[in-house]
Order: sequence, then structure tokens, then C-alpha cells
Amino acid sequence: MILTNTTNYFGDLVSFLAEKMGIGGQILAYVIVAAVYLGFFAIAGLLLVYIERRVAAFFQLRLGPNRVGPHGIFQTIADALKLLSKEIFGTNRKDNLLYTTAYYLVIIAALVSLSVIPFSIGVQAYDLNIGVFFISAVSSVGVLGILFGGWGSNNKYSLIGGMRSGLQMISYELSSGLAILTIILLAGTLQMSGIIEAQRDTWFILKGHIPAWIAFFIFVIAGTAESNRTPFDLPEGEAELGAGYHSEYSGMGFAYFFLAEFINMFIIAAVGVTLFFGGWLAPFGITDTLPWQPLWGAVWFFLKVAVFIFFMMWFRWTFPRLRIDQLLTLEWKYLLPIGLLNIVLMAVIVYYNVLISF
Amino acid sequence: MKTVTLNTGDLKSQEYFLNMGPQHPATHGVLRLILTMDGEIVKNIEPDLGYIHRSIEKQCEYEGYKQIIHLTDRMDYLSSHINNEAVALAIEQALEIEVPERVKVIRTIMGELTRIASHLLWWGVMGMDVGALTTFMYAFRDREMINDIMEETCGARLTMSYSTPGGVMFDLHPNFQKRVKEFIPHLRSVIPKYDELLTGNVIFQKRMKGVGVLSYEDAISHGASGPVARGSGVSCDRRIKDPYSAFKARDIKFNEILFTEGDNLARYNVRMKEMLESLNIIEQLIDNIPDDGIQAKTKALIKLPKGEFLQRVETARGDMGVYIVSDGKKNPYRVKFRSPGFSNLNALIEIGKGHLIADLVAIMSTLDFVVPDIDR
Repeated sequence: MILTNTTNYFGDLVSFLAEKMGIGGQILAYVIVAAVYLGFFAIAGLLLVYIERRVAAFFQLRLGPNRVGPHGIFQTIADALKLLSKEIFGTNRKDNLLYTTAYYLVIIAALVSLSVIPFSIGVQAYDLNIGVFFISAVSSVGVLGILFGGWGSNNKYSLIGGMRSGLQMISYELSSGLAILTIILLAGTLQMSGIIEAQRDTWFILKGHIPAWIAFFIFVIAGTAESNRTPFDLPEGEAELGAGYHSEYSGMGFAYFFLAEFINMFIIAAVGVTLFFGGWLAPFGITDTLPWQPLWGAVWFFLKVAVFIFFMMWFRWTFPRLRIDQLLTLEWKYLLPIGLLNIVLMAVIVYYNVLISF
Repeated sequence: MKTVTLNTGDLKSQEYFLNMGPQHPATHGVLRLILTMDGEIVKNIEPDLGYIHRSIEKQCEYEGYKQIIHLTDRMDYLSSHINNEAVALAIEQALEIEVPERVKVIRTIMGELTRIASHLLWWGVMGMDVGALTTFMYAFRDREMINDIMEETCGARLTMSYSTPGGVMFDLHPNFQKRVKEFIPHLRSVIPKYDELLTGNVIFQKRMKGVGVLSYEDAISHGASGPVARGSGVSCDRRIKDPYSAFKARDIKFNEILFTEGDNLARYNVRMKEMLESLNIIEQLIDNIPDDGIQAKTKALIKLPKGEFLQRVETARGDMGVYIVSDGKKNPYRVKFRSPGFSNLNALIEIGKGHLIADLVAIMSTLDFVVPDIDR
């Protein structure tokens, strides 16, 4: 089941401008779409940093940023400006090529993953027929960036951080892949909009009862690990490694790594919401009859993503960090076998069609 | 096309040196460890000291006895009051003066408050070292209450210099008893919450249990003391072995916390339980502070009789000794401080080997170093 005739506002824009102005219009449309995504990237990144700091502050009996602008919302913008104006300062013993490509790889991986995420009805740059697969493939490129950064910095702490990151991301991608596969068995498609459409009657987290819940928990654990956040923040591990793989970066180089981490968190949350909680679908279709459907879709999508992200922040500010061997034990001895069994279970459930639906 | 064959015999893994410190977040100051690493496994640890050496012992030889006390603040700054007390006790012992009981009680209460403050700070940093950043803020909130109590009475929050030979500098602030009584139930109510936040956490338990085991024999042979030794089952509390101040003057009931596992978790539990014991001690003293003055009669210029004098006290980190050799002049001939941190560092060299670097950080945290105490 591949949806081909759904609305896509970005696609409409491209064909509209191409019709009016020919090839020039098409290029203009691409530029506009790219600008929209870059703008979203920057705003979402800065907003998430602000939210993270506020949430952390509330967990830690603090106030957080509250001076620049109302409730301190411009604090992260001020910080970004500071980072922009900073000198790019690093070691002179770096491996120049790897050192400088590292943060571009990280940020490109995060940006490209965004393009297939359905923010609302028809608000999606590319509705690829292999959308989920595309995300997991592209997000693996980010690992390369971190590995390059760790190696290219020519710093032992960075190297340990980079190597840890490679180990961790490659391991946990298996688990998140299996969790995604479990849901794909239910959906019968890899296309993001198709997956959402298949949940119109019941969200997959309910439809696939126990296996879906297991897949969800595995996905949350693996997703947290893939975004390098506590309890899986070993690549940075500030108590052990200083700042890990980005010790030797300053200014915007550091900011790119930092922003990419937050965007990755958003992507994990968005994929989780799309796979398990019906993406932009309203719960029980309560807003389906109202006008401005794409707007309502976006409202529900961002609401769900916000809850998901809040949970990830909650983990970060309450859990201690795992050790590297415990991290690998958790993945290879527990999550992976459970994930494999879970797929079989889900296949049986789908085959005999014992699904819950309202 | 040329085929590349890989001879696995040519592949060598190489040990490398890793400089941990002097500027490193986990060394809590300027401790420098030269680590020999194999991948992430620590093969050898070589502490390199001297980055914060201020020749305190040598300085003492040029200062009068009243002034020495102020230098000891800067050694183990987290138990500064107990350091002061140790020097004051040593001088009083040499002069054979009996201080008023009020002074003894005040010193003990202050000492136990200092111990709690030190352990609270340790707890916060302990959480940070294993990656749980929130503990830091919670611990500092409660430690702040102690600092406020200290500030009211002695005017300083950290380096108090409150004890003088023969007494204490000022009388207690009128609010003192009230605020200490407010603090005791507060800490009793938050420690279970701390346990929920960190101690009970499954990741934390896994990180702590069975890691960095210091055996009973090793603890003794390395001269470990304080919570580190008590975590290995060595009974070494100076408050019980040779009581001083109110521990001698009053009949105070408290338990020496002993664990026999010797691992990180044991050391952790010793400190957590010690905080509650310290509260018990304060509770037994706070209601009946006698009113017989805050200063015994001493001369303006103290001269110790010829001889050698030793005073041992229990600081938050362990057994602190003050050894004064006097030749009868107004300043000592030689002063030697036996600092608990230095001996506990020996234990690190023993138990840190063979662990991962993340565990080394956790072990260092449970050994609870204060680097100026090691270097002096």
C-alpha cells in the first residue's frame, strides 16, 4: 500500500512555480522549501535548547534562563549569536579534513532526516515510499561525523568518545531497527504517510497490544541511546572525558554538534510519534470535522512530540550514566533478543489478525 | 588488481598514557593522575602531586600557635572546623588547660555539622561523577542551610577558623539552636528522597556494586581511614577510639557505621548513614549546651613547653593527626599533619587498576578526595 495521490503542499509549490516560471521557478521552489526547513531546523534547535534548560532547571530546584526576553526565551538566541561571533579555535595537530567535515556530516544527517517526517497532512518535503528506512539509513551517517570528530581532533579523550559513540550507535541502531520493523509488520508499508493512514482507526501502540508496547520501550531506549543522551551519553561523558568527541571544537563547530543532538532528539520523538501514536492524527478523531485540518494536524503532532521529548529530558536529568560494558550488555544480551522474539510475536499476531481496533 | 592480505600477527594493540588532570572534571581539583591505558582499561595509576602544594607545614614553623589554626582551614576545606579543632586540641593538650564544657559541646556540634556539609557535597558530586547531574543541586540546597548556620555564628561559611587555643572565637548566635533544630528534621526528611533519586536507581546500583573492592587487609596496610576504611570493615573512628571534646566529656550514643564489602556501594552507604548518625549526635547535644564561658584563660603569646604533642581527630575524610614538636619558643619547631586524603590516595592506586576509566571516576568519587588535603 503506497499512497500516491495525497496532498503535499511542498510538491504543489514546486509544480505550481514550475508551471508559471519554468525551470527557474522550480529551482526557486526548491530554494524556498530548503529555506523553510533550515529555518525550522534553527528555530526548533534553539527552542529545544531553551526547553531543555528550563526543564532541567525545574528538575534541579533552579529557575533556568529567565532574563533575556519574556521568560528568557531569547537566551538561546543570544547564546547562538555569541557562538557565531566566536573565533574558530582548535588544535593545530588536527587531521584537517576529518576535523572540518565532522560537524557538517552530523548536521546534514539531521537535516536530511527531517525531510521525510510528516509534520501534518501534506506537510512533508518528500513522501518517500521507504520513508522509515530512509531515516534510519541517513541517521547512521551522523555516527560517521562523530567518529571523524573524535579521530580528527587528535585528542585521546576525543578519540575515546568517538569510539564509544561508534560502538553505541551501531549497536543500538539494530534495536531501533527491529522495533521499527515490528511496527512495519502492522502497517504493511514503509511510507511515513502510509503508516499514519493505517492508524486512522486505532493507534499502533494499542492495535498491536503487548508486542507494540515492547517495541515502544525498545524504541525509546534505543532512541535515547542513538541521540547520545543520558543515561547513554558516554560519548560526551563529561565526568570522564571532559566533553568527549567535541572537546576540541569551539564556536559554530561546537554549536553544530550541539544543535544536531537536539534535532536528533526531535527526530527520534517524531519517528516514535509517527510509528506508535498516530503522527498528526487527532486522538479519536476529535478535530477531524473542524476546518484548517493541516493546522490541527500540526498541533497534535507537536503536542505528542513535546510529550515524548519531555520524557527524554526527564530521563536525562534523573538517571546516572551507564558504563560502556553495561551499555553493550543491555543491547546485545537483552534488547536485541527481546526485539527479535517480539517481531516473531507480532508476525503471529498479524497473521492471525488478533488486533485491537476501535 | 593487487589483493591485500591482512596478517593479524602484525596488528598490535598499544598501551598509551592518558593525562587525567590537573584540569579534569572528575579529579575535583588539581590532582593529576598519569594513567597507563589499554583501550578503556586502566592498567596503571601514577598520581603526580604538588600542583596545589603551599608548604603549610613549613609555614607553621614561622607562625605563632594561634595563627597556625588559620592555615589548617585551607587543607581539607570541607572539614575546616574539625582541622581547627585538632590544632586547638593539640595546643590545649600541651598547655594542659581544661576548656569549658560549653566549648567542647559547641566544637562537637560544629564538627558534626561540618561533617554533614562535607558528606552532602560529596553526595552531590558523587551523582555528577556517575552522570546524574540533579543530585548536585539538591545537595547544595541542604548544604546551604549549614553554611548559613555557620555564617551566623562565626561569620564565615567555609573556612571558619572558629576554634582558638582554649576556646572558640565568638559565642553562639541566638538563632543557632533554633536553626539547627530546623535543619535536623529537614535532613531526615530529604535523605529518603535522596535514596529514591540515586541510591535506589538500578543503573547506580550496577555501577557501584562490586566495583573498586578494597579488602580489609589492604585498607589497613595502605593506612586508609574514615569512611573508606569503614566501608572495608575496619573500625577506625577516632571519635570512639580516642574520644575528644564532647565525645569525652559527655556520654554520646552513636553507632560506628561499618560495612564489610569494601566496594563503592559500601563506601557510599557508610557516608549516607554517617550523616544520620551525625544528626543523632547533634540532637543529643543541642538541647543542653552548658553556660560556662567560651574561653579558658590563655596567655596572649602562647609558648608550648618543650616536647612532642599528637592529637588525632576524625574529619569527614578520616583520621587527621596533628603532630607538634616544640622547643619552647613562640612558634613550633616542626608541625606535621597526617591527612586522611593522602593515605586514601594510596588505596586508589591499589583498587583502580584493571577497571574501566568510568569506574575509576566512580572510585575516585567514593574515596572522596580533597586535593589541598593531599598536597597541603
